[in-house]
Amino acid sequence: MSDYIVLAISCIFVNNILLAQFLGNCPFLGTSKKMETATGMAMAVVFVLVLAGIITWLTNAFILKPFNLEYLRTISFILVIASLVQFVEMFLKKSMPALYAGLGIFLPLITTNCAVMGACLINIKEDYTFIETIISSFSYAVGFGLALILFAGVRERILLAKVPKPLQDTSIGLITAGIIAMAFFAFKGMV
Amino acid sequence: MAKSITQEFVKGLWAEIPPFRLVLGLCPVLAVTKTVENGIGMGLATTFVLICSNILVSMLRSIIPTKIRIACFIIIIATFVTVVELLMQAFTYPLFLKLGIFIPLIVVNCIVLGRAEAFAFKNPVIPSTADGLGIGVGFTLSLAAIGLVREIIGTGALFGVSLFGADYQPFAFMVEAPGAFICLGLMLCIMNLVGNK
Repeated sequence: MSDYIVLAISCIFVNNILLAQFLGNCPFLGTSKKMETATGMAMAVVFVLVLAGIITWLTNAFILKPFNLEYLRTISFILVIASLVQFVEMFLKKSMPALYAGLGIFLPLITTNCAVMGACLINIKEDYTFIETIISSFSYAVGFGLALILFAGVRERILLAKVPKPLQDTSIGLITAGIIAMAFFAFKGMV
Repeated sequence: MAKSITQEFVKGLWAEIPPFRLVLGLCPVLAVTKTVENGIGMGLATTFVLICSNILVSMLRSIIPTKIRIACFIIIIATFVTVVELLMQAFTYPLFLKLGIFIPLIVVNCIVLGRAEAFAFKNPVIPSTADGLGIGVGFTLSLAAIGLVREIIGTGALFGVSLFGADYQPFAFMVEAPGAFICLGLMLCIMNLVGNK
């Protein structure tokens, strides 16, 4: 049990998917200008990443490995993730319209979010068991959400500040992200 | 076509240079630029995928139905990424190990998909090739530039050769995660200063 807790902490803080592994930076900068969009994106990622982690692990273990098709991993994973996102979108639209409205346009965007694909590939690379895969996918997604929401909070304040012209927008955003990454850097070596 | 092929190529080098002008595909930019060598390797792999996918998308643009175009693009791109992955595994194994999961992640690099959608799907083969080459070379140059700054400041060496002598204390912050963000942010600021005059 304690192993699982250590794994979760290491995925959320120490190896934070955004700030330590640099995955999913496009939505990180793109959707963090407002708190609402950041929360929406964070929720959508948690939802999809756990499902994608499970499904890609199953694909790898029961289809690719037995038939020695591991070289097709990249293609099959992206297809699985893309169709999963499409399926989740249709399912939510039909049966949970409230949640669908909340996630909105962020669902389709997730297909090209490298955090999802990256986390799935890390799970396979680290040879995680099924339970570990579920825990690590969930923790990576929580870490993503945490960093995104923290960053959005800071960015909303920056909008009120006077920033020199060449530094505006993305430039100051990246520097802010660097300072937040410094905070997360302190967790390094903890686990 | 009003624009010539050279124009399509050159715009990727300055006017639309990724990741500075088009803020896309930041993940590999931040992650693999610890050294110049990694940066160039990653840039070349991406360039190859960009050119091939642009050519194929542009050739097939009248066949691909508009509604499912994104899925078609992703399959085309994934195919070429697998090709690059296998080639690098065979010929440049040490680099392949260093770049790790960022090679398969070229599939979800927004630049490649972005060019397929914004350019190759609407233009004939030759301009699309030029566009892919231009954006690819621009991307490689940016990666190399960021790698250069981070490697020199962060380790005091270039390609493993010490530059400032034994007295230099390497500013290791630059090769760590936070340094990547701040370095890119400052370089973007310099680009804005130079470009907006």
